[in-house]
Amino acid sequence: MAGPGASGGGGGGGWRPMLVPLLLPTWLTIGIFLVLPVALMAVYSFLTKEFRGGVIWEFTLAAYDQFFVNRGLFGDEPPTIEWTYIAIFWRSIWQAGLATLFCLLVGFPTAWFIATRPASQRGVWLFLITIPYWVNLLIRTVSLKFLIRDNGPLNEGLMALGVLDAPVTLINTNLAVQLGLFYSYLPFMVLPIYAAVERYNFALSEAAADLYASRWVTLREIVIPVVRPGIVAGCILVFVPSLGAFLAPDLLGGAKTFMIGSLIEEQFKGSLGNWPFGAAASMILMTLVLAALLVYARSAAQGAGPGAAR
Amino acid sequence: MAAVQDAVDIRNVTKRFGSFTALDGVSLTIADNEFFTLLGPSGCGKTTLLRMIAGFEEITQGEIRLFGDPIAGRDPNHRPVNTVFQHYALFPHMTVRDNVAFGLKMQGMDAAGRRARAERMLEMVHLSAFADRMPAQLSGGQQQRVALARALAPGPRVLLLDEPLSALDLKLRQAMRVELKQLQEETGITFIFVTHDQEEALTMSDRIAVMSAGQVQQIGTAREIYEAPVNRFVADFIGETNLIEVDVTRVADGMAEVVLPGGHRLTCPSASSTGGRHALSIRPERLSVVAEGADLEAVVDRVVYLGTDLQLMARLEGGAEFHVRLQNSARTAVPEPGARIGLKVEEGAARLLAD
Repeated sequence: MAGPGASGGGGGGGWRPMLVPLLLPTWLTIGIFLVLPVALMAVYSFLTKEFRGGVIWEFTLAAYDQFFVNRGLFGDEPPTIEWTYIAIFWRSIWQAGLATLFCLLVGFPTAWFIATRPASQRGVWLFLITIPYWVNLLIRTVSLKFLIRDNGPLNEGLMALGVLDAPVTLINTNLAVQLGLFYSYLPFMVLPIYAAVERYNFALSEAAADLYASRWVTLREIVIPVVRPGIVAGCILVFVPSLGAFLAPDLLGGAKTFMIGSLIEEQFKGSLGNWPFGAAASMILMTLVLAALLVYARSAAQGAGPGAAR
Repeated sequence: MAAVQDAVDIRNVTKRFGSFTALDGVSLTIADNEFFTLLGPSGCGKTTLLRMIAGFEEITQGEIRLFGDPIAGRDPNHRPVNTVFQHYALFPHMTVRDNVAFGLKMQGMDAAGRRARAERMLEMVHLSAFADRMPAQLSGGQQQRVALARALAPGPRVLLLDEPLSALDLKLRQAMRVELKQLQEETGITFIFVTHDQEEALTMSDRIAVMSAGQVQQIGTAREIYEAPVNRFVADFIGETNLIEVDVTRVADGMAEVVLPGGHRLTCPSASSTGGRHALSIRPERLSVVAEGADLEAVVDRVVYLGTDLQLMARLEGGAEFHVRLQNSARTAVPEPGARIGLKVEEGAARLLAD
């Protein structure tokens, strides 16, 4: 692997003042939309909460303490690990992972189908995929709620057809949240995989078949590894927003399906919130996601190296 | 010697894509251990035929047999043939060694055996030092050799090569021709080579099938198709030739007497058995400039210097263009543009074509 300096724009690390105006838009964008909000969040997470929302500028670790440590209802018991929020985090990771898996299982064949249509038809299929996303996410999620409620069209339809005797309760279950997440983020899986499959050289599949590989083996050994960047991009694009989602769990789930997104949202809503605690939960979430991506990036870099192949 | 079984037997094969007929009743047999070339311009159906042998295209009509077995309905992974693809189609996520060993792995060979055979294959194509590289780190010529090693590793009985040299530069292409031919002789595998490059076909092949418009025009050795083309297409496609319209006065026993432009008579081998007007093919290098006893007379338009050769671009009586190649030597008297020259056709070098 080349060192980081190898890709420098010919400057060899040298500072050139004339580059400043060219780089300024990038710096401003990253500064205003990335660094500033994250820094604000980091600072807020160490402040003291104001009872009607907002913060008092006094440094404290109270928010993190509240997240991880249980001192009893009145704060006078010996500290133990606080499992409430960790459980919510764990459930969120599990739900987001499951949603990613479902999106992958449906998105990959869909993307494959579109990418293997004649070039003139692909645009139409992609267009069809994106049409639902012209409608606001909130409205789509509410519509889904009406569709799947006990006396909604889904249950009534299935009962009319004789498939069901009594309505199946979907609303306020994990399944409903899953459905909501799946429906919200499916295109984020389809589009990057489509882009990767479209670039896929089908002569590779022929070469594999020519070398005695069956269709399944070709898929496993050749196709999936070659389009993996698209699959990974799709998984990240579905997993990360699913993890922080609050609309689907709020509207379709219940108390038992409470996810991080809702937890954080509550801290900033109305006068019952706790801004530093919300900021701290956000920081912890972001740290988790970043750490996971770093671990992945490192293992991917090793996997692509010549030494890893057998 | 015992009767040698044909490696590939193609019987009256037709391939249609919708209303387009890519192959039209092609029949040919390829012997075991033969270096057989399918030669023709793009769109002549040569690649389609190769892909049908490999199993990537279905046969619309007819039959293909591999060593006597009909192969219709067998998937590519169940045919004892391997392919070197035009753009190599190396697996980009595997090392050179893993690429070469892939077919062996699919055949169920154990890891140690695979490794040993992959090493041997890489040695054969002089790439041992590159076993741990990724394909993208190799030059075009090296990738080409990896593709060759990968296709040869499982020990196919027939190797299919789809224009494997077309992406290489001239020097490399020439070197690879020799290497390929050597490899074929050493391994004793039947090679079926597809190309549009006649020079490639002539230098390597035991036999060549010249194809055009979905049909086989002529099958023969390089010498046969160059020196005894059966029709206009073959004569024109292989090498350079002068095609002139002549009247046939007499045909008998494969020989014909024709009247050349200018009125001289010439007796030459004939692919046609009918009289009338036919095309006569005369290769530009089979002519000499003579002072007396000329068969043809021409006026020189231009003299083109080609290094080893000189090309005279001349015009016959009646205005037909006529090319003559002279060896570039101190002994060659070079005519000036505008000069009137007499040309003698070498004995047996002119050939009357069927159509």
